[in-house]
Amino acid sequence: MNVPEGLKYSSEHEWIKIDDKIATIGVTDHAQSELGDIVYVEVDTVDEDIIKDKVFGSVEAVKTTSDLFMPISGKVIEFNEKISEDGDDNPALINEDPYGGGWIIKIEIQDMEEIETLLSADEYKNLIG
Amino acid sequence: MEEKIKSLVLEQKHIDLGGRMVPFAGYSMPIQYSGVVQEHMQVREGVGIFDVSHMGEFYISGKGSFDLIQKISSNDASKLEIGQAQYSCMPNEKGGIVDDLIVYRMTDDGYLLVVNASNLEKDWNWISKHNTEDVSMQNQSDKMCLFAVQGPKAIDALQRITDVNLEEIKYYSFEVGSIGGVENVIISATGYTGSGGFELYVDNADALTLWENVMSAGEPEGILPIGLGARDTLRLEKGFCLYGNDIDETTSPLEAGLGWITKFSKDFINAENLKKQKEEGVRKRLVGFVMTERGIPRSGYDIVDLEGNVVGNVTSGGQSPMLEKGIGMGYVPKELSKKGTKIKIQIRKKQIAAEVVKVPFV
Repeated sequence: MNVPEGLKYSSEHEWIKIDDKIATIGVTDHAQSELGDIVYVEVDTVDEDIIKDKVFGSVEAVKTTSDLFMPISGKVIEFNEKISEDGDDNPALINEDPYGGGWIIKIEIQDMEEIETLLSADEYKNLIG
Repeated sequence: MEEKIKSLVLEQKHIDLGGRMVPFAGYSMPIQYSGVVQEHMQVREGVGIFDVSHMGEFYISGKGSFDLIQKISSNDASKLEIGQAQYSCMPNEKGGIVDDLIVYRMTDDGYLLVVNASNLEKDWNWISKHNTEDVSMQNQSDKMCLFAVQGPKAIDALQRITDVNLEEIKYYSFEVGSIGGVENVIISATGYTGSGGFELYVDNADALTLWENVMSAGEPEGILPIGLGARDTLRLEKGFCLYGNDIDETTSPLEAGLGWITKFSKDFINAENLKKQKEEGVRKRLVGFVMTERGIPRSGYDIVDLEGNVVGNVTSGGQSPMLEKGIGMGYVPKELSKKGTKIKIQIRKKQIAAEVVKVPFV
Protein backbone atom coordinates (compact mmCIF):
# COMPACT_ATOMS: atom_id res chain seq x y z
CA MET A 1 0.00 0.00 0.00
CA ASN A 2 1.16 3.45 -0.90
CA VAL A 3 1.55 5.75 2.14
CA PRO A 4 3.43 8.85 0.99
CA GLU A 5 5.75 10.67 3.38
CA GLY A 6 5.01 14.31 4.05
CA LEU A 7 1.28 13.82 4.54
CA LYS A 8 -0.59 13.45 7.81
CA TYR A 9 -3.07 10.62 8.38
CA SER A 10 -6.09 9.83 10.51
CA SER A 11 -7.16 6.53 12.02
CA GLU A 12 -10.27 6.83 9.81
CA HIS A 13 -8.00 6.28 6.78
CA GLU A 14 -7.86 9.85 5.56
CA TRP A 15 -4.79 11.74 4.47
CA ILE A 16 -4.30 15.42 5.23
CA LYS A 17 -1.98 17.77 3.36
CA ILE A 18 -1.32 20.99 5.20
CA ASP A 19 -0.50 24.26 3.41
CA ASP A 20 -0.43 27.01 6.00
CA LYS A 21 -4.04 27.31 7.24
CA ILE A 22 -5.56 25.20 4.49
CA ALA A 23 -5.79 21.40 4.66
CA THR A 24 -6.59 19.17 1.71
CA ILE A 25 -8.27 15.91 2.71
CA GLY A 26 -8.72 12.65 0.86
CA VAL A 27 -8.90 8.94 1.60
CA THR A 28 -5.82 6.73 1.65
CA ASP A 29 -4.80 4.13 -0.90
CA HIS A 30 -5.65 1.51 1.72
CA ALA A 31 -9.14 2.97 2.16
CA GLN A 32 -9.94 3.15 -1.55
CA SER A 33 -8.73 -0.40 -1.96
CA GLU A 34 -10.96 -1.61 0.88
CA LEU A 35 -13.95 0.27 -0.49
CA GLY A 36 -13.57 -1.01 -4.04
CA ASP A 37 -15.15 0.71 -7.05
CA ILE A 38 -16.35 4.11 -5.87
CA VAL A 39 -19.45 5.35 -7.66
CA TYR A 40 -20.58 8.41 -5.74
CA VAL A 41 -19.24 10.91 -3.26
CA GLU A 42 -21.59 13.12 -1.31
CA VAL A 43 -20.42 16.26 0.42
CA ASP A 44 -23.15 18.76 1.23
CA THR A 45 -21.27 20.57 3.96
CA VAL A 46 -19.40 23.21 1.95
CA ASP A 47 -19.24 26.49 3.93
CA GLU A 48 -20.03 24.67 7.17
CA ASP A 49 -17.86 24.67 10.26
CA ILE A 50 -17.45 21.10 11.39
CA ILE A 51 -15.59 19.83 14.39
CA LYS A 52 -13.08 17.01 14.46
CA ASP A 53 -14.51 13.48 14.16
CA LYS A 54 -17.90 14.67 12.83
CA VAL A 55 -19.18 13.48 9.46
CA PHE A 56 -18.64 15.80 6.49
CA GLY A 57 -19.78 13.48 3.73
CA SER A 58 -19.93 9.92 2.50
CA VAL A 59 -18.48 7.65 -0.12
CA GLU A 60 -20.63 5.10 -1.91
CA ALA A 61 -18.86 2.14 -3.46
CA VAL A 62 -20.58 -0.63 -5.41
CA LYS A 63 -20.65 -2.88 -2.38
CA THR A 64 -20.57 -0.58 0.58
CA THR A 65 -20.96 2.92 1.93
CA SER A 66 -18.67 4.75 4.28
CA ASP A 67 -18.95 8.04 6.14
CA LEU A 68 -16.21 10.62 5.85
CA PHE A 69 -15.02 12.17 9.11
CA MET A 70 -13.28 15.48 9.73
CA PRO A 71 -9.73 14.57 10.81
CA ILE A 72 -9.42 18.04 12.38
CA SER A 73 -11.90 20.85 12.98
CA GLY A 74 -12.41 23.47 10.31
CA LYS A 75 -14.60 25.11 7.73
CA VAL A 76 -15.19 23.17 4.51
CA ILE A 77 -14.25 25.58 1.73
CA GLU A 78 -14.13 23.40 -1.36
CA PHE A 79 -15.40 20.05 -2.65
CA ASN A 80 -13.30 18.66 -5.50
CA GLU A 81 -15.40 19.36 -8.58
CA LYS A 82 -13.65 16.58 -10.51
CA ILE A 83 -15.40 14.00 -8.33
CA SER A 84 -18.61 15.82 -7.41
CA GLU A 85 -21.91 15.03 -9.07
CA ASP A 86 -22.36 18.68 -10.05
CA GLY A 87 -18.85 18.86 -11.50
CA ASP A 88 -17.06 16.29 -13.66
CA ASP A 89 -18.70 13.48 -11.70
CA ASN A 90 -15.70 11.19 -11.84
CA PRO A 91 -15.48 9.62 -8.37
CA ALA A 92 -13.37 6.77 -9.80
CA LEU A 93 -10.49 9.25 -9.51
CA ILE A 94 -10.38 8.31 -5.83
CA ASN A 95 -9.58 4.72 -6.82
CA GLU A 96 -7.13 5.73 -9.53
CA ASP A 97 -5.28 8.56 -7.84
CA PRO A 98 -6.22 8.76 -4.15
CA TYR A 99 -3.44 11.20 -3.19
CA GLY A 100 -3.69 13.37 -6.30
CA GLY A 101 -6.73 14.03 -8.48
CA GLY A 102 -8.90 12.10 -6.04
CA TRP A 103 -8.67 14.60 -3.16
CA ILE A 104 -12.08 15.24 -1.63
CA ILE A 105 -12.29 18.52 0.28
CA LYS A 106 -10.27 21.53 1.36
CA ILE A 107 -10.83 23.06 4.76
CA GLU A 108 -9.73 26.15 6.61
CA ILE A 109 -8.09 24.82 9.75
CA GLN A 110 -9.70 26.09 12.93
CA ASP A 111 -7.15 25.02 15.50
CA MET A 112 -3.56 24.43 14.36
CA GLU A 113 -2.83 22.48 17.54
CA GLU A 114 -5.12 19.68 16.44
CA ILE A 115 -2.57 18.77 13.77
CA GLU A 116 -0.54 17.21 16.57
CA THR A 117 -3.27 14.58 16.98
CA LEU A 118 -2.77 13.26 13.44
CA LEU A 119 -0.58 10.31 12.50
CA SER A 120 2.68 10.37 10.58
CA ALA A 121 3.18 8.12 7.55
CA ASP A 122 5.05 5.59 9.70
CA GLU A 123 2.38 5.60 12.37
CA TYR A 124 -0.32 5.08 9.76
CA LYS A 125 1.63 2.22 8.16
CA ASN A 126 1.73 0.53 11.56
CA LEU A 127 -2.00 1.02 11.93
CA ILE A 128 -2.89 -0.73 8.68
CA GLY A 129 -0.25 -3.41 9.23
CA MET B 1 -19.79 -17.83 20.27
CA GLU B 2 -16.36 -18.36 18.87
CA GLU B 3 -16.08 -20.50 15.80
CA LYS B 4 -13.00 -21.49 13.93
CA ILE B 5 -12.90 -20.03 10.44
CA LYS B 6 -12.64 -22.80 7.87
CA SER B 7 -10.37 -22.64 4.85
CA LEU B 8 -11.42 -23.50 1.33
CA VAL B 9 -9.49 -26.39 -0.23
CA LEU B 10 -8.17 -23.88 -2.79
CA GLU B 11 -7.48 -21.05 -0.35
CA GLN B 12 -3.85 -20.60 -1.38
CA LYS B 13 -4.90 -20.49 -5.03
CA HIS B 14 -7.23 -17.57 -4.31
CA ILE B 15 -4.55 -15.70 -2.41
CA ASP B 16 -2.10 -16.27 -5.28
CA LEU B 17 -4.71 -14.91 -7.71
CA GLY B 18 -4.97 -11.72 -5.66
CA GLY B 19 -8.22 -12.59 -3.93
CA ARG B 20 -9.02 -10.51 -0.88
CA MET B 21 -10.12 -13.02 1.75
CA VAL B 22 -12.85 -12.18 4.22
CA PRO B 23 -14.77 -14.28 6.74
CA PHE B 24 -18.16 -15.32 5.37
CA ALA B 25 -20.51 -18.01 6.68
CA GLY B 26 -17.71 -19.53 8.73
CA TYR B 27 -15.25 -19.65 5.83
CA SER B 28 -12.44 -17.46 4.66
CA MET B 29 -13.74 -16.50 1.21
CA PRO B 30 -12.49 -14.31 -1.65
CA ILE B 31 -14.67 -11.20 -1.79
CA GLN B 32 -12.97 -9.78 -4.87
CA TYR B 33 -9.92 -10.20 -7.08
CA SER B 34 -9.65 -7.52 -9.76
CA GLY B 35 -12.65 -5.44 -8.68
CA VAL B 36 -16.38 -5.96 -8.35
CA VAL B 37 -17.41 -4.06 -11.49
CA GLN B 38 -14.83 -5.69 -13.75
CA GLU B 39 -15.70 -9.14 -12.41
CA HIS B 40 -19.41 -8.46 -12.76
CA MET B 41 -19.12 -7.39 -16.39
CA GLN B 42 -16.87 -10.34 -17.18
CA VAL B 43 -19.64 -12.70 -16.08
CA ARG B 44 -22.36 -10.78 -17.90
CA GLU B 45 -20.38 -10.69 -21.16
CA GLY B 46 -17.90 -13.58 -21.05
CA VAL B 47 -17.15 -16.18 -18.42
CA GLY B 48 -15.97 -16.20 -14.83
CA ILE B 49 -15.33 -18.88 -12.22
CA PHE B 50 -16.47 -18.73 -8.59
CA ASP B 51 -15.27 -21.00 -5.80
CA VAL B 52 -18.46 -21.51 -3.80
CA SER B 53 -17.30 -24.64 -2.00
CA HIS B 54 -18.67 -23.24 1.25
CA MET B 55 -22.15 -24.36 0.13
CA GLY B 56 -23.48 -27.38 1.99
CA GLU B 57 -24.34 -30.71 0.35
CA PHE B 58 -26.53 -33.38 1.95
CA TYR B 59 -27.10 -36.73 0.28
CA ILE B 60 -30.46 -38.27 1.17
CA SER B 61 -31.07 -41.71 -0.21
CA GLY B 62 -32.75 -45.06 0.02
CA LYS B 63 -36.08 -46.03 1.42
CA GLY B 64 -38.23 -43.06 2.42
CA SER B 65 -35.96 -40.42 0.83
CA PHE B 66 -38.67 -39.14 -1.51
CA ASP B 67 -41.23 -38.82 1.28
CA LEU B 68 -38.77 -36.98 3.52
CA ILE B 69 -37.97 -34.49 0.78
CA GLN B 70 -41.63 -33.94 -0.01
CA LYS B 71 -42.24 -33.20 3.67
CA ILE B 72 -39.47 -30.61 4.13
CA SER B 73 -39.45 -29.01 0.67
CA SER B 74 -42.08 -26.60 -0.68
CA ASN B 75 -41.50 -27.55 -4.32
CA ASP B 76 -42.82 -30.82 -5.70
CA ALA B 77 -40.06 -33.42 -6.01
CA SER B 78 -42.42 -35.80 -7.83
CA LYS B 79 -41.74 -33.65 -10.91
CA LEU B 80 -38.03 -34.47 -10.79
CA GLU B 81 -36.62 -37.03 -13.22
CA ILE B 82 -33.15 -38.45 -12.63
CA GLY B 83 -30.78 -35.77 -13.96
CA GLN B 84 -33.03 -32.88 -13.05
CA ALA B 85 -32.81 -30.29 -10.29
CA GLN B 86 -35.25 -27.87 -8.75
CA TYR B 87 -35.07 -24.72 -6.70
CA SER B 88 -37.06 -24.96 -3.49
CA CYS B 89 -37.29 -23.78 0.09
CA MET B 90 -37.85 -25.41 3.45
CA PRO B 91 -40.76 -23.72 5.20
CA ASN B 92 -40.70 -23.61 8.99
CA GLU B 93 -43.77 -24.11 11.16
CA LYS B 94 -44.26 -20.39 11.87
CA GLY B 95 -44.81 -19.11 8.33
CA GLY B 96 -41.16 -18.40 7.53
CA ILE B 97 -38.32 -20.15 5.75
CA VAL B 98 -35.58 -22.35 7.25
CA ASP B 99 -33.46 -22.08 4.08
CA ASP B 100 -33.65 -22.08 0.31
CA LEU B 101 -31.97 -24.91 -1.54
CA ILE B 102 -31.57 -26.88 -4.74
CA VAL B 103 -32.73 -30.50 -4.85
CA TYR B 104 -30.93 -32.75 -7.35
CA ARG B 105 -32.34 -36.15 -8.20
CA MET B 106 -29.21 -38.27 -8.61
CA THR B 107 -30.69 -41.78 -8.78
CA ASP B 108 -34.04 -43.45 -8.45
CA ASP B 109 -34.11 -42.77 -4.71
CA GLY B 110 -31.00 -40.63 -4.17
CA TYR B 111 -31.20 -36.85 -3.78
CA LEU B 112 -28.52 -34.22 -3.29
CA LEU B 113 -29.65 -31.16 -1.36
CA VAL B 114 -27.51 -28.05 -1.75
CA VAL B 115 -28.00 -25.57 1.08
CA ASN B 116 -26.53 -22.28 2.26
CA ALA B 117 -23.28 -22.53 4.21
CA SER B 118 -24.52 -20.13 6.86
CA ASN B 119 -27.46 -22.46 7.60
CA LEU B 120 -25.71 -25.79 7.25
CA GLU B 121 -25.98 -26.93 10.83
CA LYS B 122 -29.48 -25.54 11.29
CA ASP B 123 -30.66 -27.28 8.10
CA TRP B 124 -29.08 -30.57 9.08
CA ASN B 125 -30.79 -30.47 12.47
CA TRP B 126 -34.09 -29.43 10.90
CA ILE B 127 -34.12 -32.25 8.37
CA SER B 128 -32.90 -34.74 10.98
CA LYS B 129 -35.72 -33.71 13.30
CA HIS B 130 -38.26 -34.45 10.58
CA ASN B 131 -36.54 -37.67 9.53
CA THR B 132 -38.83 -39.88 11.57
CA GLU B 133 -38.51 -42.87 9.24
CA ASP B 134 -34.73 -43.16 9.63
CA VAL B 135 -33.87 -42.25 6.03
CA SER B 136 -30.16 -42.34 5.20
CA MET B 137 -28.62 -38.83 5.40
CA GLN B 138 -25.00 -38.00 4.69
CA ASN B 139 -23.36 -34.64 5.06
CA GLN B 140 -20.96 -34.41 2.10
CA SER B 141 -20.15 -30.73 2.59
CA ASP B 142 -16.54 -31.18 3.67
CA LYS B 143 -15.78 -33.68 0.91
CA MET B 144 -16.86 -31.67 -2.12
CA CYS B 145 -15.90 -28.46 -3.82
CA LEU B 146 -18.26 -26.41 -5.95
CA PHE B 147 -17.14 -24.17 -8.78
CA ALA B 148 -19.66 -22.02 -10.61
CA VAL B 149 -18.53 -21.32 -14.17
CA GLN B 150 -20.90 -18.61 -15.23
CA GLY B 151 -21.53 -16.36 -18.20
CA PRO B 152 -22.69 -16.59 -21.82
CA LYS B 153 -19.30 -17.97 -22.91
CA ALA B 154 -19.03 -20.58 -20.13
CA ILE B 155 -20.27 -23.23 -22.52
CA ASP B 156 -17.57 -22.45 -25.10
CA ALA B 157 -14.82 -22.67 -22.52
CA LEU B 158 -16.07 -25.83 -20.84
CA GLN B 159 -16.90 -27.70 -24.04
CA ARG B 160 -13.15 -27.72 -24.85
CA ILE B 161 -12.45 -29.93 -21.83
CA THR B 162 -15.32 -32.41 -21.87
CA ASP B 163 -16.93 -34.94 -24.18
CA VAL B 164 -20.28 -34.41 -22.50
CA ASN B 165 -22.46 -32.44 -24.91
CA LEU B 166 -23.10 -29.36 -22.80
CA GLU B 167 -25.71 -27.95 -25.13
CA GLU B 168 -27.93 -30.87 -24.31
CA ILE B 169 -27.91 -30.08 -20.58
CA LYS B 170 -31.01 -27.95 -20.17
CA TYR B 171 -31.43 -25.29 -17.50
CA TYR B 172 -31.85 -26.97 -14.10
CA SER B 173 -30.68 -30.35 -15.28
CA PHE B 174 -27.31 -32.05 -14.96
CA GLU B 175 -25.06 -34.89 -16.01
CA VAL B 176 -22.38 -36.72 -14.10
CA GLY B 177 -19.34 -37.05 -16.30
CA SER B 178 -15.71 -36.35 -17.02
CA ILE B 179 -14.55 -32.76 -17.44
CA GLY B 180 -11.10 -31.20 -17.28
CA GLY B 181 -9.52 -34.62 -16.80
CA VAL B 182 -11.61 -35.32 -13.72
CA GLU B 183 -14.15 -38.13 -13.52
CA ASN B 184 -17.50 -38.08 -11.74
CA VAL B 185 -18.10 -34.35 -11.78
CA ILE B 186 -21.70 -33.20 -11.43
CA ILE B 187 -22.08 -30.81 -14.37
CA SER B 188 -25.19 -28.81 -13.57
CA ALA B 189 -26.80 -26.11 -15.71
CA THR B 190 -27.59 -23.95 -12.70
CA GLY B 191 -26.20 -20.80 -11.16
CA TYR B 192 -26.85 -17.63 -9.21
CA THR B 193 -25.95 -15.05 -11.83
CA GLY B 194 -28.70 -15.21 -14.44
CA SER B 195 -26.06 -15.21 -17.18
CA GLY B 196 -26.05 -18.93 -17.93
CA GLY B 197 -23.28 -21.40 -17.34
CA PHE B 198 -22.67 -24.40 -15.18
CA GLU B 199 -21.96 -25.43 -11.63
CA LEU B 200 -19.39 -28.19 -11.14
CA TYR B 201 -19.44 -30.39 -8.04
CA VAL B 202 -16.15 -32.19 -7.57
CA ASP B 203 -14.34 -34.26 -4.94
CA ASN B 204 -11.84 -32.26 -2.90
CA ALA B 205 -8.97 -34.40 -4.18
CA ASP B 206 -9.65 -33.37 -7.78
CA ALA B 207 -10.60 -29.74 -7.12
CA LEU B 208 -7.30 -28.10 -7.97
CA THR B 209 -6.97 -30.05 -11.23
CA LEU B 210 -10.45 -29.05 -12.30
CA TRP B 211 -9.98 -25.38 -11.34
CA GLU B 212 -6.72 -25.12 -13.28
CA ASN B 213 -8.10 -26.89 -16.33
CA VAL B 214 -11.16 -24.64 -16.39
CA MET B 215 -8.95 -21.55 -16.07
CA SER B 216 -6.77 -22.73 -19.00
CA ALA B 217 -9.78 -23.67 -21.09
CA GLY B 218 -11.28 -20.23 -20.58
CA GLU B 219 -8.20 -18.28 -21.62
CA PRO B 220 -9.57 -17.37 -25.06
CA GLU B 221 -12.63 -15.89 -23.34
CA GLY B 222 -10.48 -14.07 -20.80
CA ILE B 223 -11.89 -16.05 -17.89
CA LEU B 224 -11.47 -14.38 -14.49
CA PRO B 225 -11.92 -15.62 -10.94
CA ILE B 226 -14.95 -13.91 -9.41
CA GLY B 227 -15.47 -13.06 -5.75
CA LEU B 228 -18.46 -12.86 -3.44
CA GLY B 229 -18.87 -9.14 -4.11
CA ALA B 230 -19.77 -9.66 -7.76
CA ARG B 231 -21.75 -12.78 -6.87
CA ASP B 232 -24.00 -10.51 -4.85
CA THR B 233 -24.37 -7.75 -7.47
CA LEU B 234 -25.00 -10.36 -10.19
CA ARG B 235 -27.77 -12.10 -8.25
CA LEU B 236 -29.30 -8.79 -7.17
CA GLU B 237 -29.60 -7.57 -10.78
CA LYS B 238 -31.63 -10.72 -11.47
CA GLY B 239 -33.77 -10.31 -8.35
CA PHE B 240 -32.67 -13.63 -6.86
CA CYS B 241 -33.30 -13.89 -3.13
CA LEU B 242 -30.42 -14.13 -0.70
CA TYR B 243 -31.19 -16.03 2.49
CA GLY B 244 -30.57 -13.88 5.53
CA ASN B 245 -31.34 -10.72 3.54
CA ASP B 246 -34.48 -11.14 1.44
CA ILE B 247 -35.84 -14.29 3.05
CA ASP B 248 -35.48 -15.64 6.56
CA GLU B 249 -37.29 -17.40 9.40
CA THR B 250 -39.95 -14.66 9.43
CA THR B 251 -40.71 -14.16 5.73
CA SER B 252 -43.26 -16.28 3.97
CA PRO B 253 -42.32 -17.79 0.60
CA LEU B 254 -45.51 -16.23 -0.79
CA GLU B 255 -44.54 -12.76 0.40
CA ALA B 256 -41.09 -13.30 -1.08
CA GLY B 257 -42.50 -14.03 -4.53
CA LEU B 258 -41.61 -17.71 -4.22
CA GLY B 259 -45.15 -18.90 -4.89
CA TRP B 260 -43.80 -20.65 -7.97
CA ILE B 261 -41.82 -23.07 -5.79
CA THR B 262 -44.61 -23.48 -3.23
CA LYS B 263 -46.72 -26.34 -4.53
CA PHE B 264 -49.97 -27.14 -2.77
CA SER B 265 -50.42 -30.19 -4.99
CA LYS B 266 -48.69 -32.13 -2.19
CA ASP B 267 -48.30 -31.85 1.56
CA PHE B 268 -45.31 -30.25 3.28
CA ILE B 269 -44.46 -28.59 6.59
CA ASN B 270 -46.82 -25.66 7.23
CA ALA B 271 -48.58 -26.14 3.86
CA GLU B 272 -51.98 -25.57 5.43
CA ASN B 273 -51.14 -22.13 6.82
CA LEU B 274 -49.38 -21.06 3.67
CA LYS B 275 -52.34 -22.20 1.61
CA LYS B 276 -54.59 -20.11 3.80
CA GLN B 277 -52.25 -17.15 3.33
CA LYS B 278 -52.41 -17.64 -0.40
CA GLU B 279 -56.20 -17.71 -0.40
CA GLU B 280 -56.50 -14.67 1.86
CA GLY B 281 -53.76 -12.82 0.04
CA VAL B 282 -50.44 -11.61 1.44
CA ARG B 283 -50.23 -8.25 3.22
CA LYS B 284 -46.69 -7.39 2.16
CA ARG B 285 -44.58 -8.32 -0.80
CA LEU B 286 -40.92 -8.41 -1.70
CA VAL B 287 -40.45 -5.98 -4.60
CA GLY B 288 -37.60 -4.68 -6.68
CA PHE B 289 -37.04 -0.94 -7.02
CA VAL B 290 -34.68 1.37 -8.88
CA MET B 291 -33.52 4.71 -7.64
CA THR B 292 -34.87 7.50 -9.83
CA GLU B 293 -32.64 10.01 -8.06
CA ARG B 294 -29.01 9.50 -7.23
CA GLY B 295 -28.37 7.30 -4.23
CA ILE B 296 -27.55 3.74 -3.37
CA PRO B 297 -29.93 1.73 -1.21
CA ARG B 298 -28.42 -0.68 1.29
CA SER B 299 -29.82 -3.51 3.35
CA GLY B 300 -31.56 -2.17 6.46
CA TYR B 301 -32.52 1.26 5.10
CA ASP B 302 -36.16 2.30 5.55
CA ILE B 303 -38.61 2.42 2.66
CA VAL B 304 -40.98 5.38 3.04
CA ASP B 305 -44.13 6.36 1.17
CA LEU B 306 -44.61 9.76 -0.44
CA GLU B 307 -46.09 11.12 2.80
CA GLY B 308 -42.89 10.16 4.56
CA ASN B 309 -44.25 7.19 6.58
CA VAL B 310 -41.95 4.24 7.02
CA VAL B 311 -43.66 1.39 5.15
CA GLY B 312 -40.96 -1.24 4.85
CA ASN B 313 -37.29 -1.93 4.72
CA VAL B 314 -34.60 -2.61 2.17
CA THR B 315 -33.42 -6.21 2.30
CA SER B 316 -30.78 -6.04 -0.46
CA GLY B 317 -29.34 -3.10 -2.31
CA GLY B 318 -26.39 -1.77 -4.19
CA GLN B 319 -25.20 -0.13 -7.34
CA SER B 320 -26.10 -2.06 -10.50
CA PRO B 321 -23.01 -2.25 -12.70
CA MET B 322 -25.23 -2.83 -15.76
CA LEU B 323 -27.73 -0.02 -15.12
CA GLU B 324 -25.24 2.26 -13.34
CA LYS B 325 -28.04 3.06 -10.91
CA GLY B 326 -28.92 2.11 -7.37
CA ILE B 327 -31.22 -0.92 -7.21
CA GLY B 328 -32.67 -2.83 -4.34
CA MET B 329 -35.28 -5.20 -3.00
CA GLY B 330 -37.45 -4.86 0.04
CA TYR B 331 -40.81 -5.59 1.61
CA VAL B 332 -43.66 -3.11 1.13
CA PRO B 333 -47.41 -3.31 1.85
CA LYS B 334 -49.26 -5.01 -0.97
CA GLU B 335 -50.90 -1.77 -2.09
CA LEU B 336 -47.46 -0.28 -2.76
CA SER B 337 -46.11 -3.33 -4.56
CA LYS B 338 -47.42 -2.54 -8.03
CA LYS B 339 -44.95 -1.81 -10.79
CA GLY B 340 -44.50 1.92 -11.22
CA THR B 341 -45.38 2.83 -7.61
CA LYS B 342 -43.32 5.76 -6.40
CA ILE B 343 -41.56 5.25 -3.08
CA LYS B 344 -38.64 6.81 -1.29
CA ILE B 345 -35.62 5.32 0.38
CA GLN B 346 -34.24 6.86 3.56
CA ILE B 347 -30.54 7.18 2.82
CA ARG B 348 -28.99 8.61 5.94
CA LYS B 349 -30.60 12.04 6.41
CA LYS B 350 -32.33 12.21 3.02
CA GLN B 351 -35.30 10.60 1.38
CA ILE B 352 -34.38 9.69 -2.17
CA ALA B 353 -36.93 8.87 -4.87
CA ALA B 354 -37.30 5.34 -6.18
CA GLU B 355 -39.81 3.38 -8.20
CA VAL B 356 -41.08 -0.18 -7.89
CA VAL B 357 -40.13 -2.27 -10.92
CA LYS B 358 -40.53 -5.82 -12.05
CA VAL B 359 -37.52 -8.06 -11.45
CA PRO B 360 -35.18 -9.05 -13.03
CA PHE B 361 -33.67 -5.59 -13.25
CA VAL B 362 -31.58 -6.54 -16.29
